[in-house]
Amino acid sequence: MSLPEAVVEFKGLSKIYGAGDAEVRALDAVDLRIEKGEFVAIMGASGSGKSTAMNIIGCLDTPSAGDYSFCGVGVGSLDADQRARLRRHYIGFIFQGFNLLAKTSALDNVELPLIYRRIPKRQRQERARLALESVGLGSRMSHAPSELSGGQQQRVAIARALVTEPALLLADEPTGNLDSSTKREIMLLLTRLNTAQGITVAMVTHEPDMAAYAGRVIRFRDGRVLEAGAAS
Amino acid sequence: MILSTLLMALRELRRNKLRSLLTMLGIVIGVAAVIALVNIGEGATARVKADIGKLGDNLLIVRPGAGRRGMGFTQAPPFTLADADAIGREVSGVSDVAPTAGSQQLSVWGNENHQTSIMGATNAYLDVRGYTLSGGRRFAPSEVSSGRAACLLGSTVRHELFGERDPLGESVRVGKLSCLVIGTLASKGESGIGQDQDDLILMPLRAVQRRLLGNTDVSTIFLSAKSDRSTQSVQAQTEALLRQRRGLGEGRDSDFSVRDMQEVAETMSLATGTLTALLGAIGAVSLLVGGIGIMNIMLVNVTERTREIGIRLAIGALASDVLFQFLLEAVVLSALGGVVGIGFGLGLSWSVTRMLDVPFLVQPGVLALAFGFSALVGVVFGLLPARKAARLNPIEALRHE
Repeated sequence: MSLPEAVVEFKGLSKIYGAGDAEVRALDAVDLRIEKGEFVAIMGASGSGKSTAMNIIGCLDTPSAGDYSFCGVGVGSLDADQRARLRRHYIGFIFQGFNLLAKTSALDNVELPLIYRRIPKRQRQERARLALESVGLGSRMSHAPSELSGGQQQRVAIARALVTEPALLLADEPTGNLDSSTKREIMLLLTRLNTAQGITVAMVTHEPDMAAYAGRVIRFRDGRVLEAGAAS
Repeated sequence: MILSTLLMALRELRRNKLRSLLTMLGIVIGVAAVIALVNIGEGATARVKADIGKLGDNLLIVRPGAGRRGMGFTQAPPFTLADADAIGREVSGVSDVAPTAGSQQLSVWGNENHQTSIMGATNAYLDVRGYTLSGGRRFAPSEVSSGRAACLLGSTVRHELFGERDPLGESVRVGKLSCLVIGTLASKGESGIGQDQDDLILMPLRAVQRRLLGNTDVSTIFLSAKSDRSTQSVQAQTEALLRQRRGLGEGRDSDFSVRDMQEVAETMSLATGTLTALLGAIGAVSLLVGGIGIMNIMLVNVTERTREIGIRLAIGALASDVLFQFLLEAVVLSALGGVVGIGFGLGLSWSVTRMLDVPFLVQPGVLALAFGFSALVGVVFGLLPARKAARLNPIEALRHE
């Protein structure tokens, strides 16, 4: 698939929860673009709409109004299965809590997305091994998450997100559970993936220090994009 | 995909070993019960059939009276030797006709005595009932026609009176009659209804009639048909012939019965078959209960693993992938329970059949059916939890703690 310039494009996008008096506008007519090859930080207080935006970008949720196109594909009209296929092929997720499968080796965790893509076993293992080596965990492949440090677990999660060669790497507070030296290590890894491999990265964070690694910061407040300027 | 999902399911079940085992237990017990009961039932049926077969091949028994025990015997006139001869002459498909008359008597030899049944018979009786000699000889034609007091000892009588000694040539006193032992019968064991078939003394029919009973009555006629296909026709012909000979007009009930032992065998196996079906139903109920147990645990599983389901959905699993995964886990659980249950069931039926001295018959069809049924239980009861898992909203599932 040849990618149009914008990986993510919101046009007048709203997300409304509830109805009538209880109506909450989590996102209110938001316009937003993330270009191919960008490293974007998404910031905002809790309740600002950044998590909702993140869920919609990740095709986990659908907008109430307006358009969202992912790599030129209109997501609003897709059903749950079609969105799952989009995620499977084009989006890699990294979570604050790592969200690895417990008691499952790093290699098996990284293989999992490839299983859902019906990749044959030999190829699957090869690609998972390469992904783990690229995040510096070549020697820890058979370890279960409980035998790895937080930083190592997050690197397994990054390898899992990368192994499908996604168009977009979506990171939700990837350093939230880590100590400061590990935070730095993860951010350097994301930066390296962005610059060296040209992977588009969108990262939600509430820490300005982490946002500073990004090329651009998008700030949310009360369901609107406050500014979309360069990182300070 | 199927293979990796299967491996995933096995890993998941290993992770919760105790829980998986306990969940499987319901299916294990259900399947084991079904297998054991069916096998034991089959063995018992085969045993009953074989025992009735031991009475004699293609045996028909003709008795005076309306057939039901304890009724009609006094009113119904007995048969005569001429009836037996007529059957042998006029009924086609008969290979042997053995008229008999019997009496209970005390038999005495030296200091030993034993109450036994004295059977007045001909050599044909040996053939019809399938008795063979363990020593001596059959009745000589002169003994049959003259009604001399010669006798063949059943093995029980022989042991009661003679122990390990050789009875041939000895004289045994039967009632007030002294008779010469000319042969001994090989043991036939118990009949299907638990009767000792070796507790008898055979004497020529005429000797019993004249010298013990004082009449010329024939109480029971044993017939053997040439093949098992002709028993029905022999039965019908015999019935018609005897009705005619006994002057029974149309519309009058027969005052005698012609019973086909094959029929009796089938009736008895029908009875054990009903029992098997009943016990099988109990097994089916425990399978049902086991299935509900699986559903319960799978629902708990889905709730516990909500976050995992969220992860899977986020990294590209379709709802159908999640459905398949949980369904497969339930099926693996129940099918595994089925396999273990088959093992236990076979072990149980083996030891029970050994204990009851009944043949151990394994029907592969039943094993396959039990396995298939247990897997089906997994599908049926795994569907609801699996659908619940597949319908989870990934955002909420990911947020689940």
